[in-house]
Amino acid sequence: MFNASSIIVGLEIGTSKVCAVVGDLAPDGALNIVGLGQSRSRGVRKGEIADAPLAEEDVRHAIVEAEQMADVEIRSVYLGVTGGHLRGFNNRGVHPVVSADREISEEDVQDVIKNAKTINLPAQNHVIHAIRQHFLVDGQDGITNPVGMLGSRIEVDVHVVHGNLNRLQNAIRTVKGLQLEVDDIVFNGLASSLALLTNEQKELGSLVIDIGGGTTDYVVYANGIIKHTGVLAVGGDHVSNDLAYGLKVPLSRAEQLKIEHGAGLLDEPAKGQSITISNELGLPVKTINLEHLRRIMSLRLEEIFRLVSQCIEQADALDYLRAGVFLCGGGAHIPQIAKLAEQVLQMPVSLGKTNSISGLKSALDQPEFATAIGLVKFGSFQQRKRAAKSSLTDGIKSTLGQLFRRI
Amino acid sequence: MNTNAQNEPVAETPKKNISVKVLGVGGAGINVMELMLKSGLPGVGFAAVETDAQSAVASSASEKVHLETQFLRGLGTGGDPDRGRALAEEQLPKLKSLCDGADVVFILAGLGGGAGTGISPVLARAAKETGALALGFVTTPFGCEGGSRQRLAQAGLAELKACADGVICLANQKVLTLIDENTSLLDTFRIANNFLAEGVRGVWRLLTHKGLIDIHFADLAALIRDRHAESSFAVAEAMGPTRSREVMDKLLAHPMLDGGHVLADSEAVLLSLIGGPDLTMAEVNRVMEQVNRQCEHGQVIMGAAIDEAFSERLAVTLIAARKNPQRASAETGPAAGAEELDQQLLPCSATARPESRFVPPPPALASDQVQQLLARQSRGSSRQRKNQARSRQTQLPLEIVSKGRFDKSEPTIHKGEDLDVPTYIRRGVALN
Repeated sequence: MFNASSIIVGLEIGTSKVCAVVGDLAPDGALNIVGLGQSRSRGVRKGEIADAPLAEEDVRHAIVEAEQMADVEIRSVYLGVTGGHLRGFNNRGVHPVVSADREISEEDVQDVIKNAKTINLPAQNHVIHAIRQHFLVDGQDGITNPVGMLGSRIEVDVHVVHGNLNRLQNAIRTVKGLQLEVDDIVFNGLASSLALLTNEQKELGSLVIDIGGGTTDYVVYANGIIKHTGVLAVGGDHVSNDLAYGLKVPLSRAEQLKIEHGAGLLDEPAKGQSITISNELGLPVKTINLEHLRRIMSLRLEEIFRLVSQCIEQADALDYLRAGVFLCGGGAHIPQIAKLAEQVLQMPVSLGKTNSISGLKSALDQPEFATAIGLVKFGSFQQRKRAAKSSLTDGIKSTLGQLFRRI
Repeated sequence: MNTNAQNEPVAETPKKNISVKVLGVGGAGINVMELMLKSGLPGVGFAAVETDAQSAVASSASEKVHLETQFLRGLGTGGDPDRGRALAEEQLPKLKSLCDGADVVFILAGLGGGAGTGISPVLARAAKETGALALGFVTTPFGCEGGSRQRLAQAGLAELKACADGVICLANQKVLTLIDENTSLLDTFRIANNFLAEGVRGVWRLLTHKGLIDIHFADLAALIRDRHAESSFAVAEAMGPTRSREVMDKLLAHPMLDGGHVLADSEAVLLSLIGGPDLTMAEVNRVMEQVNRQCEHGQVIMGAAIDEAFSERLAVTLIAARKNPQRASAETGPAAGAEELDQQLLPCSATARPESRFVPPPPALASDQVQQLLARQSRGSSRQRKNQARSRQTQLPLEIVSKGRFDKSEPTIHKGEDLDVPTYIRRGVALN
């Protein structure tokens, strides 16, 4: 039914769920989501695989479900990665223009990009992304394509996302164990931002906060480029754990209480109220103070936003966010979370909509699928790039190729 | 004794005219002092106090005090602090005359031996009685030197803390982490001594150089008194146009600060910047910003001074008083117990002290005796009972929070805070 090369699969091995999304890239460049499979994740902590056999089983379930729904055979996936070991920073490359007429040529541009991508990192670290930002010609900022301009010095910034090689390998190994190829690994936050943001929002400057089960990933776009990325290894799991500790209930019960009664803010009506938990026979077992539940939860969530805001402020990126903040991930389901984020971040906050992909059923437009959909979108960009270069056989999987050669 | 440091006359005298005296006590103390003598501190008097005839003769200090009685037969104290203490008490006038005329006395000693451990508390008391401020710079032994030496050192430290206005203590064991395996024994001790000497020089600078933003001795004394098991200090220097950034990088990379972790854990930080006349506000600001960011929970005291000799250079001296993790379990530690007792006994003994040449040293007590005495004290006036209740409160061990789901995963540490622990517990929000 489908030509194999037009099928793109995004796989996110998250802390709370494993999610595979199948996209179909039409020859005219339109992207359609045709399948989705998910499974509860049991082998992942804080975004990283802690129990490989369990994780492998969960991935298999999700992939099988997606295959059945899309009616395709999945051979390769774009794999989303996250974890507290990921770091993002900006690096600048400089190149003098040596030609006599001072005109910047295509080679100069390639050289300066190459310079910017030479980064001194410890041997065990692997660069996941090196994303080009704007060029500077003789100190003049904001140039997107300097070829043909005159200047004596050309500079470029790249945003580098890197992580610990071994810990990245864990996820890749799990996928490869299922006889699946990994096309590329993608930082989850980057994938989410691709799914949520329109070009206009990227241009204006936006912050995407993906509150997942184990980690909170964030990406700052400004002037159409990625300005800053980061991971905070705190997420919905921490909220449940806090509740379990504070309310003295088992973790599974805490999880359930969070979903049923949780909220981002501690509002007046909640004060003095209590919830009665009943066992499977319907008999009351325990009474819980709703105010305590909300307070524990809102303190934790507020702290997450505060830490994200601090990190962004340190990267001097807080003033670029004119389009505001977009939330996604399972945490975006929490009632009043946008209001809480507004209070902490002091700027407009809305829940992100995965509206930048055509043909998406409304059932899929949930914040927790943003990452997997974004992975498909990332894949479609790569696919188009490859088609343009028309050298598929040359092993363009450069990053991954290198990665596997090192094993 | 500790409580009236703020009223000492020296804090009010103009900074430039402070006369400083450095006293090396015992073998280790003299070694450190020799190091400082070599590099030279203008306007500072040096003196060596020793029980062992040989090392006293070898010292190049301008003044030497050789404590000797028939009893020792010229062999030194033989590692017994009690002998050192008795000797010092006997020769108190000699020690007092040594401190005469000084405003600030730095006492350098290596704790754990006989001379340093025994003499330095008495010396501190002598210095205070002559009206000088006594500041101790001491080292505690390496771990391999054995438990008994370590215990002696801790007891000596507690005693010295009770006598001196301030004590800065460098754990030699910490130095071990800075050196590689091939470092010779000689070099290891030299490095440790160097650290101490650097610290003394930093504090000396801080006290004597005219500051644009002054740090008073009272600030310093308040910072280091009663707070700590050990203070960490670091000195960093850089030059050139990017000096403020460089100096910060050096400081944060300083091994004694554990890559900045110490700052995050510390309760109070004292920071002094010294630069040439070309020091700009922006540079001071940049350094302060970084330090403030590093120690969110601590109080930061800063000072800035100008010295012609430092043109194009920037030197930063940092003293961080850490939160004392041992305090929680202080009731079992004899050293801390003795200190506590000393505090408790102070109010009554200070008023009843006779006009005597001798001031009795704080008694060395076993921990059960300490408990007994404490119990007897608490039966006194109601005010005292309240006091004790408060000091007990600080000793309560922190509640150990189980990390539940994250027990076995890598902890998420952000600026020294463990984010796996529920936020409401870290913030101290009470749920009733």
